[in-house]
Amino acid sequence: MTENKDLNFVLRAENLYKRVPSPEGELTILRDIGLEVKGGESVAVAGPSGAGKSTLLALLAGLDEPSAGRVWLDGAELTALDEDGRAELRARRVGFVFQSFHLIASLTAVENVMLPLELAGRKDAGAAADAVLEQVGLLPRRRHYPRQLSGGEKQRVAIARAFVTEPAVLFADEPTGNLDTRTGKTIIDLLFSLNARRDTTLVMVTHDVQLANRCDRVIHMDTGGIVDAPAGTASE
Amino acid sequence: MNSWRLALRGLGRDWLSGELGVLSAALLVAVAAMTAIGFFTERVGVAMDREAAGVLAADLVVSSRAELDPQWQAAAIDFRLASARTLSFPSVVIAGEASTLVEVRAVSETYPLRGTLRIRDDFFGQAREISGGPIRGSAWADPRLLARLASDVGNELGVGATRLATVALLDHVPDRGWGFVDLAPTLLINIDDVAATELVQPGSRVRHQFLFAGEARDVEQFRRWIKPRLTDGQRLVTLDEAQPEIRRALDRARRFLGLAAIVAVLLAGIAIAMSARHYVARHLDLAALMKCLGARQADILRMNLVQLLLLALLAAVFGSLIGYAGQALLVNVVGELIASDLPAAGLRPAALGLATAVLMLAGFALPALMQLRRTPPARVLRHDLAPPPLRNLVIYAAALGSLAALLWWLIRDFSLMAWITLGAVATAGLLTLAGWGLVAITGRMRGRVGVAWRYGLANIARRGRDSVVQITAFGLSLMVLLLLGIVRNDLLEGWQATLPDDAPNHFMINIQADETDALRGFFSENSLPEPALVPLVRARLRAINEIEVDGKYEPGSRAERFVNREANLSYSSDLPPANKVTAGQFWQDEPPTPEVSVEEEFAESLRITLGDTLTFNIAGEQLVATVTSLRSVDWDSFQPNFFLLLSPASLRGFPATFISSLYIDEARRPLLLDMIKRFPSITTIDMQAILNQVRGVIDKAVLAVEYVFGFTLLAGLMVLLAAVQTTREERRYESAMLRTLGARKNVVLAGLASEFVALGLLAGVLAAAGATLSGVLLATQVFDLPVAFNPIIWLVGLAAGTLLVGISGTLATRNAVRQSPVSVLRRI
Repeated sequence: MTENKDLNFVLRAENLYKRVPSPEGELTILRDIGLEVKGGESVAVAGPSGAGKSTLLALLAGLDEPSAGRVWLDGAELTALDEDGRAELRARRVGFVFQSFHLIASLTAVENVMLPLELAGRKDAGAAADAVLEQVGLLPRRRHYPRQLSGGEKQRVAIARAFVTEPAVLFADEPTGNLDTRTGKTIIDLLFSLNARRDTTLVMVTHDVQLANRCDRVIHMDTGGIVDAPAGTASE
Repeated sequence: MNSWRLALRGLGRDWLSGELGVLSAALLVAVAAMTAIGFFTERVGVAMDREAAGVLAADLVVSSRAELDPQWQAAAIDFRLASARTLSFPSVVIAGEASTLVEVRAVSETYPLRGTLRIRDDFFGQAREISGGPIRGSAWADPRLLARLASDVGNELGVGATRLATVALLDHVPDRGWGFVDLAPTLLINIDDVAATELVQPGSRVRHQFLFAGEARDVEQFRRWIKPRLTDGQRLVTLDEAQPEIRRALDRARRFLGLAAIVAVLLAGIAIAMSARHYVARHLDLAALMKCLGARQADILRMNLVQLLLLALLAAVFGSLIGYAGQALLVNVVGELIASDLPAAGLRPAALGLATAVLMLAGFALPALMQLRRTPPARVLRHDLAPPPLRNLVIYAAALGSLAALLWWLIRDFSLMAWITLGAVATAGLLTLAGWGLVAITGRMRGRVGVAWRYGLANIARRGRDSVVQITAFGLSLMVLLLLGIVRNDLLEGWQATLPDDAPNHFMINIQADETDALRGFFSENSLPEPALVPLVRARLRAINEIEVDGKYEPGSRAERFVNREANLSYSSDLPPANKVTAGQFWQDEPPTPEVSVEEEFAESLRITLGDTLTFNIAGEQLVATVTSLRSVDWDSFQPNFFLLLSPASLRGFPATFISSLYIDEARRPLLLDMIKRFPSITTIDMQAILNQVRGVIDKAVLAVEYVFGFTLLAGLMVLLAAVQTTREERRYESAMLRTLGARKNVVLAGLASEFVALGLLAGVLAAAGATLSGVLLATQVFDLPVAFNPIIWLVGLAAGTLLVGISGTLATRNAVRQSPVSVLRRI
C-alpha cells in the first residue's frame, strides 16, 4: 500500500480514466480526472445525466476499479487494494447514502444501522446504532421494518447507517432524488448537521443546484471530464 | 459479522415471499423420491434376509459329510448364538409289506432356529406351526411317504433297527432341499433316536449340520471365528448364499427403482437450477449493498452457504418424512409380493435424504449462488452491472458430478452407470431436438390464429430455450408413465398371446419307465389327450474331446456348476418345438454313431463347438457323442427343454425316467388327485400357480416403478413452475402493458392459458411419440413381438399434457393478470 503523503487530503484522485467495452468499440466514460478533497470539506459533484458523476463516485469510494489512474482514501491507496481490501476499508472509513435508500427489507431499522458495524466486527453495534437512530429522531421506530417506514424515514435510517461507523468520508448519491421537496429539505438539513457535528468529509452527487450550493465546493462534470462552472450555476 | 443471523433472516424472508417455494418443492421431490426407494429397499432387504434365514432354518450353517466338532456348539454360546444339530441320510422305511426310499432328517430340540415348521394331524387336516421337532420314539412323515406305503398317521414305521410311530404329517420343512427330479420324501425324527436305528455307521452317507442363529453382528463375528477352523469337506452356508437368485432379483429391482428415482432427481435438479438462477438475479442488489457496506466475498459466500445448508437440512427432514410416507404407500401397492411382514426401516435412508439434499443444492444451486459473491459493488449505483456469467462447463460438471454420486449410491456399477449416462444423454438429446423442432413449428403457426393464441404462441417462441426445457422435462415424465402404463399392457398381452390357451399348466416328473403304459391308460380312460412323455437320463459330463472337465473351469463359474452336477440328458428323433438350430444340423432319422445337440449358451460357457466329442458317465458306463448341432431354446414355452439332447439310439439302453407337461382345465383338476393316488411316485408341479405368480410379480413390479415415476411427474411440474417463476415479473409487466393498451383481462388470461395449453400439447406429442417409438423398439428388439399401434397412447398423452400443463401453468401465472396495471407499472 502506498501512503498518501499529504495528510490534509482525505480523498485524492490522480489521472483517473474509466473505459468500458461497447458494441461500437471502447467507450471512455471518465477521462483524466484529478481532484483533492480536504478533511471535513463538503463537495458536490454536479452535471447532466451521463456526465460520469456516478462512475466517479464509484471509483472514489472503491466500488469500482479505474482503467487508469490512482485514488487515495483516508491515507490508503484504494487502487492498490484488492476487492476484499477495499471492502474492509469501506467498512471502517466510508459511509453511503443512496437515492433509493437501499435498506435490507428483512432487517429492522436498528438492524440495518447495525449492519456495517457488524461487518467491521464491532461488538457494541446495538448501542452505537441506537445512539445514531436517536440523533436522526427514529429511536422509537427502531424495531420497524423498512416497509413500515415512509420514504423520509427510510432515508433517515440510511443516514444513520452511513454515520454509525463514524466514517472519514460520506458518499451521497442524489440523496433527495426519491423524496418530495419538503421531506428532501429535512433530510438534507439532517445530513449537513450531522456532517458538521462529526466533521465528516462529504462527497455528494446531485442534480439539484440549490443542494449543490450548500456544499463548500461544487465540481462540474460533463461528458466524462471536469469542466468549468457553466454560466448560471453554482461555482466553487 | 453474524452471517448466521443474516442468513436465517434472509432465508425466512425469502421463504415468506415465496422466492424459495419452487426450489424447496423441487428439493423435497428429489429427497422424497430417493428416500422412498431407500426405505423401501432397505425394508425388503431385511425381509429377504429373514426369508433366506427361513430357508436355511438358521442364519449360518456348517455342513459336512463327517461328524462335526461338538466344541463349536459350545463356542457358539460365547458368541451369544443359539444352535441346533441335524443329521440327514437316505434310508428305506418299512410299513408292513411295503417299503420305500426316504430322506431321514434327525433334528435336535431347538430345530428350526429360523423359519417355520408346519405339521398336519391327518391328510385333510389344517396345517399348524410348531416349534421343535418330534419327541423321542415318534416321527413326522411327508404325506407322499405314507401314500407310497399305503400307511396312515398313527401307524408305526420300521426305520433301521427301530420302530417309530408316525404322529403327524409334515406340511412344511423350512430347509428341505429342492432337487428338481428325484425328491425322496422326508421323515423327520428326533436326533436321539438315531443311535437306535443303527443306520449311521462308518462310511454311511450322512450329512451332519450345525445350525446357528443370533444378532447379525454376533453371527458375523462367529463366522469369522469358525471359518479358519473348517477343514476340507466342511462347508459354511451363509444367508447370501441361501437364495442367490432372489437376492439378484432384489438387486435388480433396487437398481430399476433407483433409475426411476434418478429421472425424478434429474428433473428436480433442472427445476432447482432454474429457480437458483432466478434467486440469484433477485439477490444481486443485496449482495452489492452488502459489499458496499464492507462485506468481503467470503462473507457473502458464507451467508449463502449457511442458507443452502439450512435449506438442505429442512429438505432432508421433511423430504425424508414424505419419503417414509411414500414408501409405506409403496409397500401397500406391492405388499402381496413380499410374503412376510416387512420389518421397520432404519435411519440409514434418512442419511441418504440429507446426502441427496446437499448434493442437489451443491450440484444445481451452488454454482449460480457462488456468483453472488462476485457481484460488483458498484451495482448499488448502476443497476445494469452483474457478475461475470458462469461458464457452462462449471454448471454441467457440478450437475453431472452430483447426479453421478447419487447414481453410484443407487447402482454401484461403473459400466451400468456409463450406459445409463450415455442413454440419458442420447434420450435428452433426441427429446431436446424434437422439442426445438416443435417450438419452431409452433412459432410459425402464430400468424394463423386469433389474438389470444397469437400472444401465447409468440411467448413460446420467444422464450425458446425455456420452452424446450419445459416441453422436454414434462414430455419425458409423461413418456415414461405412458410406456409403463399402456405399452406394458400391450407387451404383456402380446406375450400371453404367444402362449396358446391350452399351453401346459402342469409338469409331471419322476415318471418311472414301468409306469408309462399305465399312465397313458389313465389319460385315455379319462378322455384326456395322451401326454408326450419325454425321457430323462441322469448322467455326468466327464470329458470334452477326451480332456477331463474336472478342475478345468474357474471355481464358482457357471461352467463349473454345470460340470459339477448331474446332467439331465434326453433323446429325440425330431427337433422339439420351441427349439431352433443355430449351428450345424439336427439329425435326420437315426445317425449311425451317437450325436448330441447342445443348447448354445451352455455350449458357450463350456467352450463347446461343433465337432467336439462329449464323454458322459451314465450309471457307471461311458457314452461318447459328437456335437453335431447347437440350439437356441425358448425357455418361456412351458415345455420340457434340455441343454443336452442326444440321438435316440445312443441313450435307449440306459435307465430313464420320464417327464411330461400337460394342460388340464380348472374343472378337471380333481383328476390330478386321482392320478397322484394311483401313481404316488409321480410329482406334479402346478405351473398355473407359477404362471399367475409371474404375471403378478410383473404387474406389481411395474406398479412399483410407475409409482416411483409419479415423483418424476411431480418433478416435471416443478420445472414448469420454476420456468413460470423466472418469467413472473416479465409476465406482470406484459400483462399491465397489454391492459393499458386496452386488452380485456379475459383476453390476456386466454393468451396465458393458450401458451400453457400449447406447451402441454407439445409435451404430449413428444411423450406419445417417444412412448410409441420405445414400445416398437421393445417389441421388436427385446420381446420379439409383432408391433401393434395403440391410439390410446396418443389420446392419453395429449390429454394429460394439455390438462396438466395447461391448468397448472395458467393457475401459476393468473396472478400476473389480477394485479392492476397501475400498481405494476408504478413499481417499475
